[in-house]
Order: sequence, then C-alpha cells, then structure tokens
Amino acid sequence: MAEVLVLVDHVDGEIKKTTYELLTAAKALGSPSAVVVGGAGAADKLADGLTEHGADKIYAAETDSTDFLAPEVAVLESLIGSAAGVLISASANGKEVAGRLAVRTGSGLLSDVVGVTGDGVQHSIFGGAYTAEAKANTEHPVITVRPGAIDIEASAGAGARESVEVPAASGRQATVTGREPIQGGSRPELTEATVIVSGGRGVGSAEDFTVVEGLADSLGAAVGASRAAVDSGYYPPQFQVGQTGKSVSPQLYIALGISGAIQHRAGMQTSKTIVAVNKDEEAPIFEVADFGIVGDLFKVAPQLQDEVTKRKG
Amino acid sequence: MKIVTLVKQVADTYSERKLSDSDHTLDREGTEAVIDEINERAVEQALLLKEAAGDGEVVVVCMGPDRASDAIRKALSMGADSAVHLSDEAIHGSCAVQTARALTKLIGTVEGWDLVIAGNSASDGQVAAVPAMVADLLGVPALTWANELSVSGSTVTVKRETDDGVTHLSAELPAVVSVGEKSNEPRYPSFKGIMAAKKKPVNNLDLAGAGIDGSEVGLANALVSVTSSAPKPPKQAGEKVTDEGDGGAKIAEYLVGQKLI
Ligand SMILES: Cc1cc2nc3c(=O)[nH]c(=O)nc-3n(C[C@H](O)[C@H](O)[C@H](O)COP(=O)(O)OP(=O)(O)OC[C@H]3O[C@@H](n4cnc5c(N)ncnc54)[C@H](O)[C@@H]3O)c2cc1C
Ligand SMILES: Nc1ncnc2c1ncn2[C@@H]1O[C@H](COP(=O)(O)O)[C@@H](O)[C@H]1O
Repeated sequence: MAEVLVLVDHVDGEIKKTTYELLTAAKALGSPSAVVVGGAGAADKLADGLTEHGADKIYAAETDSTDFLAPEVAVLESLIGSAAGVLISASANGKEVAGRLAVRTGSGLLSDVVGVTGDGVQHSIFGGAYTAEAKANTEHPVITVRPGAIDIEASAGAGARESVEVPAASGRQATVTGREPIQGGSRPELTEATVIVSGGRGVGSAEDFTVVEGLADSLGAAVGASRAAVDSGYYPPQFQVGQTGKSVSPQLYIALGISGAIQHRAGMQTSKTIVAVNKDEEAPIFEVADFGIVGDLFKVAPQLQDEVTKRKG
Repeated sequence: MKIVTLVKQVADTYSERKLSDSDHTLDREGTEAVIDEINERAVEQALLLKEAAGDGEVVVVCMGPDRASDAIRKALSMGADSAVHLSDEAIHGSCAVQTARALTKLIGTVEGWDLVIAGNSASDGQVAAVPAMVADLLGVPALTWANELSVSGSTVTVKRETDDGVTHLSAELPAVVSVGEKSNEPRYPSFKGIMAAKKKPVNNLDLAGAGIDGSEVGLANALVSVTSSAPKPPKQAGEKVTDEGDGGAKIAEYLVGQKLI
C-alpha cells in the first residue's frame, strides 16, 4: 500500500488533535506515515500517540532552524516522491506549507477539504452553502483538511521510526525572531467546543461581555464574538466567528445580540442547533435559528444561566 | 520604495454566491463583483509604507476577467500609482498553483520592486496560500498574516497573528508580505482620488503579453478539478417567541426538550 504523508501538527511538544484527524483520513488513501519536523526529541514524545492513531511509519526530522516553515516544506519535498499524497491541517501554517510544497513539486493543491476518499475530496464552501467534490490531476496531491471535519478513529499502526535529514532551505527565508503562544484560558477551544455562546455588538461593551461569559461557563461552553464586537474592542480577535474568523459547527450555538450578517452566518450556520436572542424581530439571525427569543439579552441570558445552573443542581 | 500589491476581484460576500452548473466555477453572472476587502487593506498597507518612506510607488497586480478593472480602479482611487492586469478567456478556471505561477510572471513585468503585499486569504476560495506560493516561486521570503508591519532600511519585520498565536518574523527585502484583517482600516477614496485614478496607467495584458503559455493556465490544464457541486438546502427558521419575562426559561425548556442540557 502506498504511503500517505501526514504532517504532524504540534506545538511546544504537545500534539494537536487535528493530527489524529489527518491520520484517520490518511487511511482512506493508503498507509499513513507521520512526519514530525521539530526540535531534538520532538518525535520521541509524540510517537506513542501517533502509533495508536494509525501511523505505520514515523519520520523524525530534527532541526533547530529558525527559518519560517521552510524545514517543513523541505522535508515533505524530500519524501513526496514515493507518496500517494500529503495531508496537512488547514491552519494558517498548514495552508502555506501545502501551497509551497505544491508549487515546488507541481502537485495539485486541494485546500480546506472536509472529507477524503480514494476517489477525491469533499469541500464545503461559501460558509457551508455549497458542497463540492474535487480531485487532483497530478501524482501525490497535497491536501489540507479542515480541523474538526474528520471523526478520529483510533486503530494502531506499526509505528516504525526513521530519521530523516532536513534539507537546506532553497531561496531566502523569513526568520522567526519570537513567538507568543495564545493564552488559552480555562474555556474549551472554539473549534473543538460542543457548545458556543457568542456575543455581538448588542452586548455593548467589553465589561458586559461577562454576561456572555457567565452563560458560557454555566454550559461549559466556549465564548465567541462577531466581527463588530471584536472591532469595537469588546473581545479579542482570536474569538471571532465567521467568514474571516473561525468556522464552527458545535452541537449548540447561542447568539446574543448578533444580527446574523451573511459573513457571520458563514462561520456558524452548520451548527447542529442554533438559538438566538435579539431585540430586533427582523434580525436575519432568526432565519437560521432553531429557537429564537425576541428580547433583551441582558434579561434573557442571565435568566437562562440561572435555569441551567438550577438544573445542574 | 516600490511596492506591488496583489488585488483580486471576488463575488461580494453580501450577495448569494453560486457555482455554475456547467463547470463548477464561480458563477460570476449571478453575483456582484467587488475588490476583496482584504485587498483594500493590502493597498492601504502599501500606501502607508510609501507615505512613511516619503517616496515610492505602488503598483497593483491583478489577474481576472475584464470586469476586474473595477477592483483595480478602486485601488488606484485609494492612491496606488499604476496597475498590471492580466485578463484572458484562457485563464478561466485556473487552480491555485496555476494562479501563483501566473502572478509570479506578472510581478516579473514590474521592474525593481522591493515588496509584494497581498491579502492573507481570499474571501472566495480561502486558499490562504497564494502569497506564500508566489514568494516560493520568486525565491524570496514570505512573511504572512501580518497585523503589524514595518520596514527599516532593507529589513522588513512583521507581527504574524494566527490561531497558533503571535510569531515575529523578519527578512531582508525583496520579500512578500500578506496582511490580516486587523492590520489597518482602509481609507475611502477621495473625490480627487477617484478623478485621478481615471488617468493612471494600466498595463492590460493577455497571456501572450504576459509571456504565459496557454498550457500553463485554465480549467482544462488545472492541477485539480471540481467534479461535482450542489447547493445545500438552506436551514429552515425554527420557532421565534417574544420575551414576556420568561425568555430565558423558554430557552432552557427548549434545550431540555432537545436533550442539550
Ligand atoms: C469581507 C467581510 C468579512 C466579514 N467577516 C466577518 C466575520 O468573520 N464575522 C462576523 O461576525 N462578521 C463579519 N463581517 C461583518 C458582518 O458583515 C457584520 O458587520 C457583523 O457580523 C455584525 O456584527 P453584529 O451582528 O455583532 O453587529 P450588528 O449588525 O450591529 O448587530 C447587533 C445586533 O444586536 C442587537 N441588539 C442590540 N442590543 C441588544 C440587546 N440589548 N439585546 C438583544 N439584542 C440586541 C441588534 O438588534 C442587532 O441585531 C464581515 C464583513 C465583510 C465585508
Ligand atoms: N487572481 C489574483 N489576482 C491578484 N491577486 C491574487 C489573485 N489570487 C490571489 N491573489 C492574492 O493572494 C491573496 C490570497 O489569496 P488566496 O491564497 O487565494 O486565498 C489575495 O488576497 C490576493 O492578494
């Protein structure tokens, strides 16, 4: 069975869940080979998890280079010859590694897919309004997979280890001079949360976002925000939901004081259940809401929070 | 400083976007076409750098159908100095790799540039890779997703902001930068700017003019193909009730009914 390269997504020695999604998807195409590019010993720490999730081979490419993304591209380029394809997570970094690899190797680039089969891939586009199927016309296509789109299936692979060289970067590269990780906080991550409570411009101020957070915490939910709320400085940018923010599809999405502009809906309309609170009964968010309350979020949200807390006992 | 900005015309995200039934490419007839909002920020960034440097030139580079000249005009009316526009029937349906290769050729027609500034991600395809691909083909550094950008001497530094946090990047010019949504607020074209834009030079090229062979672009030669597409049925609106003082309790009841709490 041909090998399928999976670029391992890891940060500060911790595996990202999307890697296991990629390994699951890779099994549809062939035999998964995990490619770990990182500092000395990075692969050692991740090997068990990778093997448990289906990696037949684990390539360890150790480097202390400060070249931005160049080691990842160079290692994948050196390995791609024998591979049926390459799977990379559709993060900002992943999309760039994929693009650069595709132009270097003349491979078809299939971007932000939500499903992978032997015949091709599935896309969900225009904020979930369209589905499309696509295929590559070249050898070893480079595919980026949307985080959260694939359900992880753990079935162990052989996990054979192999060290590989990191070829020198070709061309001039940008240098990484510093990193500041995101301060995650105690709430679940937006793209992984089963429940999300989002606030919009209707929340009115940064202070009043505590109303959104309070309800979120009672539900064990992540907090999201509309672009207007972010632009007004009510909530930090990494929590923006929508076309240019995060695409989410939780079990439950509660929108507070969000009008439901098409660009916001593009990031959340595939949520399983949508609840909206808005004082304007004409707000477009109600067009996609399974249950809507026309009312003041400052009255409705705290009452809902009380009810939730009561029920939890 | 000479700056190239990559500008793309896209279907307005405020309109309903469709794919054509025949070849699964964007149905341009059915939608309003506008300059992609993120490219207004790319143009703004270029103008800010030019203004800070006290001199320089901003050249718009665009690949797209004839009507994309509206997007170019918008960039020129904001203050860009000139443009290069590749428009040819044969580019229809080009994939990301073909687009990056063609843009690289177009950038090659601009002499002596120091910096290319693009948007981080186009609102239609959201490939979010073309700037890095172009940089790779040009053999220059890519500093992408910049929410802050500065040039001092021949060094460009960027504060890159993504889901993975903040990364500080630096490189020597020439280089490619892509800007994020929080990088700046684009200016509105002034009346004077709109009038001046009408006289600014636009180099209109077809494939031959850009030195691109027909086999390098287009749907038939694309490295990937869309094989089918279908609209998803829109979500149906559910129940809507006016709060009578028990709105929160009503939601709780609904969520219990749905086994969500
Ligand atoms: C290219 C592009 C990309 C974009 N990307 C995104 C994106 O990623 N995410 C995004 O969200 N937007 C995005 N937008 C912006 C989008 O068009 C809207 O401007 C934005 O979503 C509006 O946010 P909002 O609903 O919070 O604000 P508004 O539209 O101002 O709505 C506020 C709502 O709050 C209600 N309200 C006010 N007070 C109360 C109260 N006390 N109780 C209950 N309801 C109340 C009002 O009735 C109103 O409906 C994008 C736009 C463009 C052009
Ligand atoms: N056809 C095009 N013409 C000009 N610029 C483009 C084109 N396609 C992509 N770009 C540039 O690349 C950026 C990112 O696009 P993408 O990688 O397609 O998401 C855009 O914001 C533009 O600056």
